Order: sequence, then structure tokens, then C-alpha cells
Amino acid sequence: MSWLTNVVLPKIRAVVSAKREVPDNLWTKCPACGQMLFHRELEANLNVCHACGHHMRIDAKKRMAVLFDKGEYARIELPKPVVDPLKFRDSKRYVDRLKEAQAQHGPNRDAILVAHGKIGGNDAVVAVFEFGFMAGSMGIAVGEAIVAAARLAVLQSAALVIVPSSGGARMQEGILSLMQMPRTTIAVEEVKEAGLPYFVLLTDPTTGGVTASFAMLGDIQISEPGAVIGFAGARVIEETIREKLPEGFQRAEYLLDHGMVDMVVRRHDLGETIGRLIGLLRKPVLEAPKKRA
Amino acid sequence: MQNFLEFERPIAELESKIEELRHLPTAPDINITDEVAILEAKASRLLKQTYAKLTAWQKVQVARHPNRPHFLDYAEALFTEFTPLAGDRSFAEDRAIVGGLARFRGRSVVVMGTEKGSEVESRVRHNFGMARPEGYRKAIRLFEMAERFRLPVITLVDTAGAWPGIDAEARGQAEAIARSIEASLKLTVPLVATIIGEGGSGGAVALATGNSVLMLEHSIYSVISPEGCASILWRSGDQAAVAAEALRLTAQDLLKLGVIDRIVPEPVGGAHRERAAAIAVLGDALQETLKPLLDMTPADLKLQRRQKFLAMGAHGL
Repeated sequence: MSWLTNVVLPKIRAVVSAKREVPDNLWTKCPACGQMLFHRELEANLNVCHACGHHMRIDAKKRMAVLFDKGEYARIELPKPVVDPLKFRDSKRYVDRLKEAQAQHGPNRDAILVAHGKIGGNDAVVAVFEFGFMAGSMGIAVGEAIVAAARLAVLQSAALVIVPSSGGARMQEGILSLMQMPRTTIAVEEVKEAGLPYFVLLTDPTTGGVTASFAMLGDIQISEPGAVIGFAGARVIEETIREKLPEGFQRAEYLLDHGMVDMVVRRHDLGETIGRLIGLLRKPVLEAPKKRA
Repeated sequence: MQNFLEFERPIAELESKIEELRHLPTAPDINITDEVAILEAKASRLLKQTYAKLTAWQKVQVARHPNRPHFLDYAEALFTEFTPLAGDRSFAEDRAIVGGLARFRGRSVVVMGTEKGSEVESRVRHNFGMARPEGYRKAIRLFEMAERFRLPVITLVDTAGAWPGIDAEARGQAEAIARSIEASLKLTVPLVATIIGEGGSGGAVALATGNSVLMLEHSIYSVISPEGCASILWRSGDQAAVAAEALRLTAQDLLKLGVIDRIVPEPVGGAHRERAAAIAVLGDALQETLKPLLDMTPADLKLQRRQKFLAMGAHGL
């Protein structure tokens, strides 16, 4: 080994490889079956594996596009609550972690987006968790967004659809993240009291304090195939009971079998299913088509 | 035999010295009584000083102290005609949550709480205070009974958290907790919740959405145990003391954050040292807290509870 091989060669390689730049995102390997999937086809199939039907996680904007009619929706601006109320610091400062996540997702962002539009021709307000933003954890900003979404649904007399995808409470906000459990419960209660339907679409993964509050209180509970949904994390359970967990434990199908969700629905059919159900709940008598004057 | 915590070692040493002196054969040249009195004064001063400035981690240990009064101790001392009611009418009786009808200072109430148990047998029976879905479903049943008969509800919370087990997950632990929160927030009768020891995460919130939430002086209330937080954020359980500090889980911090409404003082040296006195103080605090709530209309009780929780998080420390 010499200076040539140690220093010069890697530098040359770095330059050369940077120039060639074969995009490594053309192909995605399905984490479930290992099949190599071409990115355009994968996207056209809504990030569901052609080979095995595995539903990959998608970001909040893509989720909105999947749910709303023709992918059309209007996002609302979310309240900007107090930042880092506990002045929390672990190995990093919480404000720095937030900044990092916002650098990736956009300024003023947190782990949720709220939009309104039509689903199956019905007015709907949709709140979608962004798992890529600090594991979709629920702190004050997320709680406030859910309150805002619920109030918008009441204001517009629209159905509310919440799509959680979350590791649970945001520890860095301590007790105030825990208090989002009652706060979000109150929010969805306001929608129910207004006689409006409240849907929960559980996506991978939904755990902890999110599951144990608004996410289990839907009039109708839908889940995507294979989504992990539970209260306690698998590792915590294994450590507590010192037992291996059964196959498929805490998966959407397991919850269906245990009576915890109404149905497990493929991503392609979500918009149609939710649209139909809102229609059944809100338009009990179909009007005969009117002729235009 | 007092059960001493690690940080209480200097106090323990003093007290054992006092014990030794007391058993010394009387000698004419030293006045043992005076000596004992001096040492006792010193010990009590030390106890007072120590407990006046407990760290968050020390409070965690006090809150979990095995001799600390538990739900059943309060239930027996503060209520008359206490009649526990069992079962969720669906699957099982979960003894981690104990509750039923009772009289509090003459008035019928629903009282319930998490019970940790006090020795091996009762700890196992109560599953160390960690409830399964059936416990929360029993709580929902009791909330609904309180509503139907317009009885105030008093809850006493002392749990490390809901039981993390396969059985609990299979029967909908998350749903049961969510429904319990929902049921308690719908009440149009007064709900007064007190954290008497540990308020552990969702398993505690399920019983703690009160019109007024009280905390004993050295109790804790947190989104996650300091050990759990340390292992996730610091990747080491050894950092639990640091995590306890960062989480702001003490009654004093939670009052500042507006999450609780009142701190109930404990006797010097903690509730475990003078159990009867600690229990009595909570009794008076409950009565004072309940009084104005009894004058409120049903609609206002529900509205006040909602507004209180919706207002939380508007300001930090």
C-alpha cells in the first residue's frame, strides 16, 4: 500500500464515479420479497410491490394524492405552537433535531399535513402523518393540527379522515406530548358531536400514544395491508414477557381477526372505499339526477 | 423496619446510630438521652433538607417506594361503604384497576384507581398495577355508571403504565385506553384525578383527564419512564437520571406547565414515612377540590374539562 493507492486512487475514483453518477434510485428492492422494482412502475402502482403486494410507506403528499379525487386537494396552513417547551436535550438539542427535520421537509413543517377536498365526490378534510418527520411522533404541533383539522371539518360540514403513521408520542415534549392524547380525543369528539363521520386509516406503523387515542376512535377503522398497529412496541413486549411474538403479531390482518378494524383495504381501493362509505353515511337517500334548467 | 432509598443513606446511618445508642446500657458519665436528642434533631434536619430539594430521579424513587400508600390504603382510609365492583362484562376482571361505589365525606361517589399491591402475592394479583384492556373497560363502565347516577368520580393513579403483553394487544389495549379517555372526557359529573405515585404514560392518562388534576408532592407523571426514554434517546439505560431531569416529570414542573392544578404536600420525608398523615392531607385536598365542582352545571363541567385540556401546551417552562 502506498500513498498512491491510499490517497490518490480513492480521490480519482470519487471524481470519476461522481461524473458517471448512475442514479441508484431507479430501482427499489422490495423489503418484503426482495424483488427489484423499476421506480416508474413502482410509483404508478402507488408504491405497492408488483410481485408480493407489499405496501411500502409513502410520504404525506403522496398519500393525499392517493386519497383525494383526481389527486386534487388544498392544504391548509397549520397553527404554529410553542417550540421546544421543555428545552429538551439528549445527545442533541431538540431544537436542532427539529431544524434537521425541517431542513428535509420544509420550514415550519412538523409530522403532519392537513388538506381538504373531495373523496368520492364528498367533502372531506384529511390529516396525514409524515412518518419521515421524527418518526411521525405526536407533539403539540401535531395535536394542534388535528384540532385544526377537526374544526375545519365541522366548519365545512365535511367528513374527517385521519391517517396516522407514527411511533407514538414525541418524548422530547414530555408530558405535553402525552396530553395530546386527551386533546386529540376531544378534537374528534367535536366532529362526532356535529354528526359528521370520522374515519381512521391506519398505515404502517401506528403505535403508542397515537394508537391509544384518536386513532382507535374512528366511526370506521380501515387499515392498509401489513401495517404494524399496536400500543406497546414489539421489543418492549418481548423484554417484558420474555417470549417470542407470534407470526403476524400487530399486523393489520391480526387486528382484523381480533375485531379491532373494520377492514383491510389495498392502497388502490382506498379512495373509492372511503368515498363510498362517506356517501352511505351522509347521503342516506339518493336523489334522482336533476335536469339542468 | 424502614426501607431506605440509596440517597437516604446518610439519614439511615444516623437513625441506626440513634437506635444503637438507645440500646446501650446506661452509663453514669454520658447522658444518652441528650445525645439521642441531638442526633434525632440532626436526622430530622437532614431529612427535611434532603426532601426539600429532591432531584427528579430521586422523586422517581420516592414515587415508586414500596412503602408508599397505594390505592387501597387511600380507599380504606378516606371512604366509607367502599364497595368494589368487578369485571368488564366482556372478558375478565382486571385487578390492576380497582373501583366501585363509596361515600366520600358522606357523599356517594365512584372511586377507582390503579393498585400496585404491597407484597408478592397481592402484587401478582394486581399485576403490579399494570392494567389490561379489561381494566380500562371496567373503568369505562364505572364512568358511565357515575354519569347515569350523577355521582362525582375520584380517581387515584399509580401505575408504571398499561400492561405490555401479547394478550393485552390481542384484546385491544390501545382501543381500551382510547375509549377510557373518551368516556372520561364526556362526563358531565365532576372528575377529580390524583397522581399518588407513578403516572405512567397512556395507562395513566386513561384515568386522569380530570376537571381538576392533583399530584402528590413527590409523585411523577410522564410520557415514558426515564429508563425507557434513556434507552431510546441516549441508547443507554444508565442515563435514566438524566432523562428524568429532561422529561420534567415532577409535580412542581407539571404545575408550571399547566398540566396539573394542585400539588398535595407530603409529610417531611415522603408519604411512605407517615402514611396516615399523607392520606389525610389528600382527603382534605380532594374535598376542597370537589366543592366548587359540585356547584357547576353538567354542561359546564364537560366544557371546563375540555377547555382545560385544549389550552394545554400554549406555553412552555
